[in-house]
Amino acid sequence: MTDLERFRQETRDWLEANCPQEMRRPIRSEKDVCWGGRRYVPASPEQKQWLDAMAARGWTVPDWPSDYGGGGLSPAETKILREELRRIGARSPLNSFGISMLGPALLKYGTEAQKLEHLPKIARGEIRWCQGYSEPNAGSDLAGLATWAEDAGDHYVVTGQKVWTSYADQADWIFCLVRTSKEAKQGGISFLLFDMESEGVSTRPILLISGYSPFCETFFDGVKVPKANRVHDENKGWDVAKYLLGHEREMISGMGLGEGADTLVAGALKAIGTDASGRLDDPLLRADIARFQVRARAFAAMSERFIDELKAGRAHPAQPSMMKYFGTELNKDRHELMMAAGGTDALEWQSEASHGGAPAHAWLRTKANSIEGGTSEIQLNIVAKRILNLPGA
Amino acid sequence: MPLFLDDEQTMLRDTARDYLADRAPVAHLRALRDGDDPVGFSRDLWRQFAEMGFTGILIPEAQGGLGLGHVEAGVVLEQIGRNLSPSPFLTTAVGAVAALSGTAQAERWFPGILAGETVAALAIDEGPKHRDTIGLTAERAGNGFRLSGTKRFVAHGHVADLLIVAARTAGNPADRDGVTLFALPRDSAGLAVRAERLADSSFAAHCTFDGVTVDGDAVVGEVDGGRVALDRLLRAGRAGASAELLGVGGGAMDMTLGYLRERQQFGVAIGSFQALQHRAAHLYAEMEVARAAVLKAQQLLDTGSEAADEAVSVAKAMAAMAATLAVNESVQMHGGIGMTDDYDIGFFMKRARSLAELWGDASYHADRLAVAAGY
Repeated sequence: MTDLERFRQETRDWLEANCPQEMRRPIRSEKDVCWGGRRYVPASPEQKQWLDAMAARGWTVPDWPSDYGGGGLSPAETKILREELRRIGARSPLNSFGISMLGPALLKYGTEAQKLEHLPKIARGEIRWCQGYSEPNAGSDLAGLATWAEDAGDHYVVTGQKVWTSYADQADWIFCLVRTSKEAKQGGISFLLFDMESEGVSTRPILLISGYSPFCETFFDGVKVPKANRVHDENKGWDVAKYLLGHEREMISGMGLGEGADTLVAGALKAIGTDASGRLDDPLLRADIARFQVRARAFAAMSERFIDELKAGRAHPAQPSMMKYFGTELNKDRHELMMAAGGTDALEWQSEASHGGAPAHAWLRTKANSIEGGTSEIQLNIVAKRILNLPGA
Repeated sequence: MPLFLDDEQTMLRDTARDYLADRAPVAHLRALRDGDDPVGFSRDLWRQFAEMGFTGILIPEAQGGLGLGHVEAGVVLEQIGRNLSPSPFLTTAVGAVAALSGTAQAERWFPGILAGETVAALAIDEGPKHRDTIGLTAERAGNGFRLSGTKRFVAHGHVADLLIVAARTAGNPADRDGVTLFALPRDSAGLAVRAERLADSSFAAHCTFDGVTVDGDAVVGEVDGGRVALDRLLRAGRAGASAELLGVGGGAMDMTLGYLRERQQFGVAIGSFQALQHRAAHLYAEMEVARAAVLKAQQLLDTGSEAADEAVSVAKAMAAMAATLAVNESVQMHGGIGMTDDYDIGFFMKRARSLAELWGDASYHADRLAVAAGY
């Protein structure tokens, strides 16, 4: 038995013993997702048990160094762990912008003190982070942001407004892009970390078409932020921002994977039924679902390939833009088909039968996928320019 | 196994790329067509394929081949696709070899394939669309069988030395069981072959079997159990066709990207226009996803996974859709010059159409997945 085969066997045994059955069932709604943080209230004892067991091994962030709370696994071991988790249908023990976005940026650009301070708390799910990027006048043109950080010696005084700050009302800390110079657009941006309980921070949830309020407006009124909380050099925050956006796009592209076509197919069969030959009794919808299934399974292979290339240092740095574009458009397609498959049942907004309107709420939520983290059109611009080397306009 | 080519596979790709770009570029296909060549490919080139070792990629080392896998066969096929190199590689070194592998027929036919002397053609389809039905009959006659019926879309059928024929020995055309696969010489008595030139300049034959008698030893695998070898052939062939589609689509896309960077209108390169940039970037995404699906299917075939069959259908459908998009976008973005015969892009469009149809189009494979998923 090779080392990797042994690792797979040990991992399988450990998961069998430590992953509660309840955590092997598909996620039904947002409340089944564990985000951690100071105000985290476990949805079930099993959810907390699963988080703690995985965090103790560093497996919430298996490929981070163990000094920072990670599992210290090699790319091959990480892949095996992922495969074994998928094999038993295990839920992610911890979802967090700290893991998917800030962590990789800190590993690359943070000081040793910053890494030791923040990464272990992310790995254990103790601190929940939010992202202060977009502003009312800086959306697709993100580098046009205006939130001002005044130099006050050993600290900055931050004043301005962010928007579309995901879960700002539930987050403990924020990683935030601020302007520290008006001399240059991209070259006048710095990357700061601060506590959302700091004086001068306030948030207001925004009610969306989905009926959810995952996004907030966030206001800063003279917030004091120590200079030690700046990641990378002053006015070099755009480098960190772009690097982090790559990871954010990776994460959002993962939504395209979803649950493949399984839920869609099961829903269609339940609502529509089959004809005498056992085929879905709506031939055109069946064809649409089948073509979607081809694309979803092909994209699952693309995600595997992308991660393998990324871990081996072979992925094009702009490839996350392609992933984000394809994955989010695919996810929107999935939910359009789920609505069509559900028919008028899927329109119910509050009923018990629809689990509180879950299909309709989720369908509308996906419309943000191709906007948040850079619109589909921005991703296509990036692919055209950086991967295809097409000339600038 | 990571989902990208390893170092040796990358070396093979570079070798195949340089070799085919040098010996069999699009100009080679154009010359064969313009010369009204009756064969459709160069026999010299096929012998050179053998010298390069390409014809033995899927043949086990013990039988004189390289003992490599579907990933390696696909690496060569992608370069064949990029160069539109006319070659019996897919039917012979992939399809026929997969069918004959592990059967008593292997020893008879592999030496000729390894030497680049034998060309194989695959007689499976009977109607204008690929279906699972097999209607051509093979009746017991003496020590052997008598074959009656017709086959269509038999690539290289008019010049092949070896024909692999799917025939019915029991039951009805739609039955899964009762199929037998035969390997027989093309010059068998009673076999009439009519070559038709296709849109992509290749030849495919209509084969009429008028009581063709064959010995019992022409059977590949088991009598009535021919689906095993036929499925092996189809999985390998479909994965191979998918890889060739990646080459055709990728070749068209790269030509088009070059054109977008160079062609000037309104005083600037047309590739600076966002309308075209977005179409090109969308195409890139489709091709990348197709590439991943194809490599996944090849790897699963090579490890003998049960998941390979469905993965091959995903690959064939996705590669066909992506390559079809690639050639259509390419002609459109080239504008008027893309419509001229002088310019190469049209050859890519025609080849993609043939390959998209071969052994099941995107709809056929999507339907297969739907049936497997129970809807």
